[in-house]
Amino acid sequence: MAEKAIDPLHQFEIVRLLPMKIGSLDVSFTNASLWMVVAIAAVTVFLVGGMRRQALVPGRWQSMAEISYEFIAGMIQDNVGSKGREFFPFIFTLFMFILFGNMMGMVPYSFTFTSHIIVTFAMAFVVFIGVTIVGFAMHGAHFLSFFVPKGVPKFMLALMVPIELLSYLTRPVSLSIRLFANMMAGHTMLKVFAAFTVMLGVFGVAPLAINVALTGFEFLVAFLQAYVFTVLTCIYLNDAIHLH
Amino acid sequence: MPQLHVADFAPQLVWLAITFAVLYLLMAKLALPKIGQVIDARQARITADLDRATKLKDEAVGVLAAYEKALAEARASAQATIKATTDRMQKDAEAREGVLAKKLAGDTEAAEGRIRAARDSAMASLTEMAVEITKAAAEKLIGQPVNDAAATAAVTAAAKERA
Repeated sequence: MAEKAIDPLHQFEIVRLLPMKIGSLDVSFTNASLWMVVAIAAVTVFLVGGMRRQALVPGRWQSMAEISYEFIAGMIQDNVGSKGREFFPFIFTLFMFILFGNMMGMVPYSFTFTSHIIVTFAMAFVVFIGVTIVGFAMHGAHFLSFFVPKGVPKFMLALMVPIELLSYLTRPVSLSIRLFANMMAGHTMLKVFAAFTVMLGVFGVAPLAINVALTGFEFLVAFLQAYVFTVLTCIYLNDAIHLH
Repeated sequence: MPQLHVADFAPQLVWLAITFAVLYLLMAKLALPKIGQVIDARQARITADLDRATKLKDEAVGVLAAYEKALAEARASAQATIKATTDRMQKDAEAREGVLAKKLAGDTEAAEGRIRAARDSAMASLTEMAVEITKAAAEKLIGQPVNDAAATAAVTAAAKERA
């Protein structure tokens, strides 16, 4: 019992709600799957519900839906330019999926699917592969010039090109670990302080106060990490389209 | 760390792919076109309204200019009419005055003539009456008639004396 109370990683456990298998592939419907479904349902209700009237002068709900749209449209315009327009649905989906994943994770007893490295890495990897394909599709072999920095002496290139290549290849790793680590660390902290609150009895007021502050901070992180993930995706896309 | 249970990777990846694809389709086909439509419609409406306002303002400025021009023209033509009428009336008045003055001068002269004639005849009858009175008075005084010539001579002499 006491052992369980101070296990802050328990909340990240994957639970198979509906065990399923296709051949040897495990496709069980887990708690992570459940919250992914909840998140996309919430995003859809939020946007479609907000736009049900399509009023010329928007109400509060419609305003929020429109602000989400214009927030991402503006982000793409600022970071990628008008050539980024065609990637708008993907980047918007990415942002809303991560944002709602993070925010839903703030609900007690819920599950934060963005706190799993495999999920964030899969998204980062898709972004990485997609951006690389866009780069080659737009510039062909000329895209490789991206790894050759301009204005560098020839003899330095032997050193610079591998560094550029390495920094490019580590992008999906840094992108995915940033999101995963932030979400996991925050939730772990919350759980640790919550456990202290229970253990300390009357003196638990102190960790409780910290937890209140941390909860506010976690909401900030939940938004900020969704924003950072999306902005970096835009920046990578810009690199692929405009080659610096 | 539960995140590193490799056995849990497959179901998460499968469901991530499914949910992300579904969300992408819902966004791309349903939600985003709806929002885009409304925003575009609003933008178009605002642009059209601004254009219309600009056009109406230009029209108003044009109407004002035309109004001011018409007003100035009306004022000028009124001024001209007033001047022409005043001139004509002055000329008429002068002409009428001349005719009247001539007529009055004629009338005055005629009246003066008549007055003179009347006075002359009055004076003449005065002498006659004086002669008659003198004859009657002398007859009463001396008891015998006095002849006309003597009476007339006496009256004329008296009149001359007085005059």
